[in-house]
Amino acid sequence: MTALLTVEDLRVTFPTRQGPSEVVRGVTFTLGRERLGIVGESGSGKSQTGRAILGLTPPPGKATARVLDFDGIDLRAASPATWRSLRGARMSMVMQDPKFSLNPVMTIGKQLMEALKFGATQSRSEAKARAIAMLEAVQIRDPERVFRAYPHELSGGMGQRAMIAMMLVTEPDLLIADEPTSALDVTVQVEVLRILDRLVAERGMGLIFISHDLRLVSSFCDRVLVMYAGRVVEELKASELKQAQHPYTRGLMNCLPQIEGGQRPLPTLERDAAWAK
Amino acid sequence: MGQVMLSVEALGVTFRRGGDTVRAVRGVSFDVGRGESFGIVGESGSGKSTVLRAICGLAPTTAGAIRLGGQVLETPRPADFYRRVQMVFQDPYASLHPRHTVDKVLSEPLAIHGFPDREARIERALADVGLGPDFRFRYPHQLSGGQRQRVAVARALILEPEVLLLDEPTSALDASIQAEVLNLLDRLRAERGLTYLMVSHDLAVVAHMCERLVVMQHGAAVEELTRAALASHRAETDYTRMLLAASAGYTPATT
Ligand SMILES: Nc1ncnc2c1ncn2[C@@H]1O[C@H](COP(=O)(O)OP(=O)(O)OP(=O)(O)O)[C@@H](O)[C@H]1O
Ligand SMILES: Nc1ncnc2c1ncn2[C@@H]1O[C@H](COP(=O)(O)OP(=O)(O)OP(=O)(O)O)[C@@H](O)[C@H]1O
Ligand SMILES: [Mg+2]
Ligand SMILES: [Mg+2]
Repeated sequence: MTALLTVEDLRVTFPTRQGPSEVVRGVTFTLGRERLGIVGESGSGKSQTGRAILGLTPPPGKATARVLDFDGIDLRAASPATWRSLRGARMSMVMQDPKFSLNPVMTIGKQLMEALKFGATQSRSEAKARAIAMLEAVQIRDPERVFRAYPHELSGGMGQRAMIAMMLVTEPDLLIADEPTSALDVTVQVEVLRILDRLVAERGMGLIFISHDLRLVSSFCDRVLVMYAGRVVEELKASELKQAQHPYTRGLMNCLPQIEGGQRPLPTLERDAAWAK
Repeated sequence: MGQVMLSVEALGVTFRRGGDTVRAVRGVSFDVGRGESFGIVGESGSGKSTVLRAICGLAPTTAGAIRLGGQVLETPRPADFYRRVQMVFQDPYASLHPRHTVDKVLSEPLAIHGFPDREARIERALADVGLGPDFRFRYPHQLSGGQRQRVAVARALILEPEVLLLDEPTSALDASIQAEVLNLLDRLRAERGLTYLMVSHDLAVVAHMCERLVVMQHGAAVEELTRAALASHRAETDYTRMLLAASAGYTPATT
């Protein structure tokens, strides 16, 4: 499989009161036209890894890498013009806080139409029809109303789906989805995942799927990276998550509550300082 | 159920703008006993967050009554309401002021309500949600998604309310931190007799945390279940059965 994305020794550093803090510490992986999951502890650097790949590390943070290659393009040396031709068109990210990344003073419809401008030339009414069709595809019940609505008029999960629709209208080659279904009920979640699945299978999109939902990642993704304290501590086939070796990954499974009932209090992890070394 | 702490009766909420009318909540009723934990699950957009916001007086209520400890709540809510009832909003980014440090987020409510020992309370609240002292002077944009969510939980707990309204309080947390936050909530409820109303799309979280729950779809409550019924998959409606089936994980389309 030829790699769509190659990441070697990615590091992200923020200045803090206590001095520079390295929050991504040498992350290395390759992505083909597949579904790669990233799981890991809250604060372990998943979102910052995704942002750094798209050159969106928030200042004053700094990202460096030995290799950061997207389809033959060296992203480390990308000019602003190159980034404009890539971001939104060939590589997109669904951010973890959808309402924060949507423009609060613009209707969902207007934002969808803007995203569509990147695509093939088409008339206004064609673009609107496509936008409505995308909202329907992500299981929005009343797409016409949502098209006219502002972000604050949507529920958490509707905002998340509007964001996904926006990223998908351009049919990128690489999609980084940061907790894209964390606010969705399970039945809608399945439908949204099927759309992503189809894009990977039929269009050969590469998908980085950041999620804390182990059941979902193990049933949806092909491969999984497990992050802890800024590093990838384990890489597994998704179907083999249950045979994980790292004590963090192994411990995670036990912490999950069960519908059928289980231990109370829930088992928690004894974190070993050596894991963060 | 002993004494009723929170009662929602035939609640209706309608949003209007221009020609659009959204009947977000259509005649929802339930009672939550003192010291009970009650769950709301259901379709995205079905009105779960709106029910919680209506309880706080933050939604355009068009019908029904909400009672706290037997008293009908006035709009706007009385001054001591926010001392007795605290809410963790679904969207932590929107509910934390962007230019307030974590320290300010936690100290301000303590100051407003005249709490003593503020220093110790802030340190405890942060430690309780697994955030070390070096997070105290950060701004929301300097935190990860799950760290922001934990600050929102800490802010709600720090006032020691009687009732907590929790909207997807652990949706951004990995399993290990989620377990710690759920255990903390469980322990506080046992120790202080708190009452919880909790929204989650994760049926396992609701089954673990709540004695009873209601399932919402399209603005209405379609089914009320006990924890035992949920645990043994004894659901009455097709929608609840679908939720239970989909909770097992992703299955590719069969067609
Ligand atoms: N501007 C900043 N200054 C200092 N530290 C920061 C800044 N932004 C993020 N961090 C820290 O970087 C670390 C990694 O953050 P990141 O958002 O990548 O975590 P994450 O793995 O996505 O976590 P979550 O699952 O909670 O979303 C966190 O510990 C966070 O506090
Ligand atoms: N301020 C508002 N103006 C107009 N419509 C609104 C407003 N707030 C919510 N709505 C609408 O009310 C309905 C219910 O929204 P609510 O946020 O209660 O859903 P929810 O069950 O919490 O969904 P989710 O699980 O996705 O968070 C949605 O159709 C939403 O678009
Ligand atoms: Mg994150
Ligand atoms: Mg909601």
